[in-house]
Amino acid sequence: MKNFFRPMAYAVAVAASAGFMLSAAQAADISGAGATFPYPIYAKWADAYKKETGIGLNYQSIGSGGGIKQIKAKTVTFGASDAPLSGDELKEVGLAQFPMVMGGIVPVVNIEGVEPGKLVLDGETLAKIFMGEITSWDDAAIKKLNPDLSLPSQAIAVVHRSDGSGTTYNFTYYLADVSADWKEKIGVDKAVEWPVGIGAKGNEGVANNVAQTSGSIGYVEYAYAKQNKMTYADMLNKDGKTVAPTAEAFAAAAANADWNSQPGYGVILANQPGAESWPMTAATWILVYKQPEDAAATGEALKFFDWSYKNGGKMADELDYVAMPENVVKSVEEMWAKDVVGSDGKPVYSAM
Amino acid sequence: MAAVTDQQMASRREKVVRRFALTDAVFHAVSRASAVLVLVLLGGVAVSLFVGSWDALSKFGFSFLVTESWNPVKENFGAAAPIYGTIVTSAIAILIAVPIGIGIAIFLTELCPRPLRRPIGIAIELLAGIPSIIYGIWGLFVFAPFIQTKVQPFVIDFFHGVPILSSLFAGPPYGIGLLTSSLILAIMVLPFISSITKDVFDTVPSVLKESAYGIGCTTWEVMKNVVVPYTRVGIMGGVMLGLGRALGETMAVTFVIGNAHRISASLFAPSTTISATIANEFTEADGEMYTSSLIALGLILFIITFIILAIARYMLMRIESKKGA
Repeated sequence: MKNFFRPMAYAVAVAASAGFMLSAAQAADISGAGATFPYPIYAKWADAYKKETGIGLNYQSIGSGGGIKQIKAKTVTFGASDAPLSGDELKEVGLAQFPMVMGGIVPVVNIEGVEPGKLVLDGETLAKIFMGEITSWDDAAIKKLNPDLSLPSQAIAVVHRSDGSGTTYNFTYYLADVSADWKEKIGVDKAVEWPVGIGAKGNEGVANNVAQTSGSIGYVEYAYAKQNKMTYADMLNKDGKTVAPTAEAFAAAAANADWNSQPGYGVILANQPGAESWPMTAATWILVYKQPEDAAATGEALKFFDWSYKNGGKMADELDYVAMPENVVKSVEEMWAKDVVGSDGKPVYSAM
Repeated sequence: MAAVTDQQMASRREKVVRRFALTDAVFHAVSRASAVLVLVLLGGVAVSLFVGSWDALSKFGFSFLVTESWNPVKENFGAAAPIYGTIVTSAIAILIAVPIGIGIAIFLTELCPRPLRRPIGIAIELLAGIPSIIYGIWGLFVFAPFIQTKVQPFVIDFFHGVPILSSLFAGPPYGIGLLTSSLILAIMVLPFISSITKDVFDTVPSVLKESAYGIGCTTWEVMKNVVVPYTRVGIMGGVMLGLGRALGETMAVTFVIGNAHRISASLFAPSTTISATIANEFTEADGEMYTSSLIALGLILFIITFIILAIARYMLMRIESKKGA
């Protein structure tokens, strides 16, 4: 018996001390959790940042809801969410919120004979399709927007997300903004009660189902549409201009938004004014405590975010995200200096 | 001298016996503790599910079970659609898998040429070892498109105009839906049923079978009158294990069922199951009522599984008592 247990005891002791050493080594890493949509770009930034500074990022992409829960439980230094918290909620918990990076949501279709960027839709029509009120591709409303396109008399198969997601939040926000009917019957959330269609898990799920089903329409992050070479539709924006989903069009929406109108920069970029603006642009937010218990950790996190603002634009481009415009970055840095302070009342990180 | 040796012998014997008593007592305690642990764990799961779902259950009450609407925006939740999906997919899967599984077992134990036995047996066990996500991906990329292009249009046309059947096989051919996920589930539970059935068939004493053959029974009659009655309990166990897997399967189902909170007459229509709903929505569920409703779904699945197992036990008991009479 003794001979059997002794090596095991050694093994446990060695494993435990190794674990301690490992956790001591990782203590310097920045910890965060939340939205899955920005995960690829956060991972890329973190990789470059680690090479430069030696400080890593431990980001768990568990979804926006999970990110908000974890920052409230104070198990992470920052939380990340695709849907901004309201001013009241921020105040109640004592959180500061700022937008980190943007992307676009793109309607993707699979209709025989229709090439990418040839189909034009507007918000009202899109809402009716996803409500099941327009059921055929040769419907008068779609024909009216596309007089030169020959559309088949084919049933529309709607594909939406089955998992709760920030993408759905932003998409439904846009539809509710353009359609009173949608706002009243379906509403805005990370998951809604879809009247028609099939649900697929994740952007990749929607992309796959649309690619496989003839006559289908879905909505995915721009990056998925681009990387899978899917047929996207152009949109009629708020100014009545037809725009294609491009990085420039997303940036235009961000530049034209009035960021200071909402507490915590909680501006949804859907349906922003401007001739160039893509109507379904979406930002993603970071949440940190205004008076963090561990000021040093929050300082390190802000340092990483500041570095990403300043050095991450090109990497964002490569992954089909869009960096925040300069005026927003400047405003966020000012907010940090003013609001995110340690117990001594001094800012935990100075960007200047 | 001799007396001393006797005494020594006696004390040694006593020592040995005492040691036996001690190991026996320890063994008894440990095995009983393991058995009790299962009850404690199950009780813990049940209690935490009940506590977690209390908000939803107290708000919606019985209507939670019969409401089809699942609306996170208005925080109005009902479990009817996922319950329906769970039961229908599992039932169809078992309906398909039981005859095939038992057929495989009969073939392997009675009819299969010896050299083929091992390869087929191993293939079936490999089928059980494939992770469910692989079934899901295969289902989405290979099986669903096949169903969508080759099977569904044909079936919809074939039953067109036939009462009941035309509404059972209706709607646009999405490829994914209730029937597709039932078929995938059937493939997934097949190895459980067939390998357990095969193992219990192997336990039938060959003298029983030989005497049946001896009085002139055909293979069919031997199976029907000797092997199956002898192993009924074991077969039932395999079917229950398969049913348990079908009821709780998550990953593969969520890929191919369409994840729509709707009850539709058509087997081709998208639907959802309890586990698929929980897996899909739990991470992003914010708000007490939403989370609580999802946990309530978990509680319902727990209860459904319990009821089905209880029914199975009851049926077995009746079979046993009939045999005794």
